[in-house]
Amino acid sequence: MTDKTILEKIKAIVTPYVQRKEGLEDFDEKTDFLTDLKINSANLVDVILDVEDEFNIEIDNTSMEGMLTAGDAKRIILAKIEN
Amino acid sequence: MEKRVVITGLGICSPNGVSIPEFEESLRSGTSGITFHPQLKELNFSCQIGGKPEISETKLAEYFTPLQLRGLNSSGIVYGVISGTDAWKDAGLEISDGSSPDWDTGIIFGTGILGVDKFREAIHLIDEGKTRRLGSTSVIQTMASGISAYLGGILGCGNQVTTNSSACTTGTEALLMGYERIKAGKAQRMLVGSCSDHGPYVWGGFDAMRILPGNYNEYPEAASQPMSANASGFVPGSGAGALILEDLESALERGAKIYTEVLGGEVNSGGQRGEGSMTAANNEAVQRCIVGALKNSKVSASEIDLINGHLTATSKDSVEIKNWVQALSSNSVFPYINSLKGMTGHCLSASGSMECVASVLQIDKDFIFPNINCDEVHPEILDLISEERIPRKIIEEPINIIAKASFGFGDVNAVVIFKKYV
Repeated sequence: MTDKTILEKIKAIVTPYVQRKEGLEDFDEKTDFLTDLKINSANLVDVILDVEDEFNIEIDNTSMEGMLTAGDAKRIILAKIEN
Repeated sequence: MEKRVVITGLGICSPNGVSIPEFEESLRSGTSGITFHPQLKELNFSCQIGGKPEISETKLAEYFTPLQLRGLNSSGIVYGVISGTDAWKDAGLEISDGSSPDWDTGIIFGTGILGVDKFREAIHLIDEGKTRRLGSTSVIQTMASGISAYLGGILGCGNQVTTNSSACTTGTEALLMGYERIKAGKAQRMLVGSCSDHGPYVWGGFDAMRILPGNYNEYPEAASQPMSANASGFVPGSGAGALILEDLESALERGAKIYTEVLGGEVNSGGQRGEGSMTAANNEAVQRCIVGALKNSKVSASEIDLINGHLTATSKDSVEIKNWVQALSSNSVFPYINSLKGMTGHCLSASGSMECVASVLQIDKDFIFPNINCDEVHPEILDLISEERIPRKIIEEPINIIAKASFGFGDVNAVVIFKKYV
């Protein structure tokens, strides 16, 4: 799976939770879930569950804590897929 | 000085109508909302019928954002949010997107138990060792105050926002709590109401107590028979009712439509003493509650045009009538009396607020809705009051004052007095 495909999938996953829609316009690896997209922090656990379902992986609590940007999410997903 | 309190908005999610015009039409025509539920049959329920408001996907999308709809599995929240939002709009209030809430408006929206289907989902996941799969929505949909919290966020209320719970008196109690708050000058407006989830996990406990009718599974619409000689138990229901209470001055200033005035009321408990118990009412407490409500409202028994009773369609209906007769102890004629539950079943924690909405509509539109499924009045009731006091056909005449009562498990009582605003 290419980086671009993964980022596109991440974008689709987070879209329903985004409260600042402008943040989606220049969505890239640097996009921060909380500050750029204004996702309610309580919804981050739902984003994680959706990512797990989409990529058929399991994201532990430690990995979850490091998942603040789309780039973080991409790296974690890639690492899990390769395992 | 004490504030006068009026009602300026109504909302409803009833088994026989999910908007005020639809509900009013059903009230007038005596239309039942009770249906057969195959799921209850599959689960070996004795009573396989119930009252459940029909909400389409399209309607849901009008009240909830796509994000709120993700994983939404709490019927009480659905009914409560729809009725509460409708009452807000009916009162002509705006939903502001501004950064600060409306400090003068609060919410008291009760429930008996919230989000049982959501809770069941969670229990299954937890028992499978998959607690982390619960996501973020489990807590907010199953906490009792979830309903006031959802409404508080949608409407942006900054005064007291809370949920009360007192079994089948919940809705009427919520109204009186909101009334007290406005009367004391602590809020300008209060959205009050209550909701109740539907389904086997709410209704099962009552089926097990054998207080639901088991012989009407093929005739759901005929099953709920308040005051009838054939009353054989209450039919379980669900839904929500909502009302906007408002300081009279504020309502006049806004030029709002005023449905009725809330004159006052009373809440009490029989303490489960005397004939009172967890499940039966102490009659002295019921009578004191009625008398107290009249006194607090400065109304005499002879001024009451209509009683909207609790009257669940069990053999205890005659005991309730006896309490009214003794509490009113007037030389004048007994008021008309009706029960919504013939059409909706007993909507449990939602019943009080739904019946308050029905009461307010009857005053506003000058009619008395018919008691359905009561062809033959219970003989013990006929010993107490004259048969024509129990209308079986709609009566259209000016209605000035209604006494609305709700009684609940735990031996708790609430009576409110509504009066036409002129």
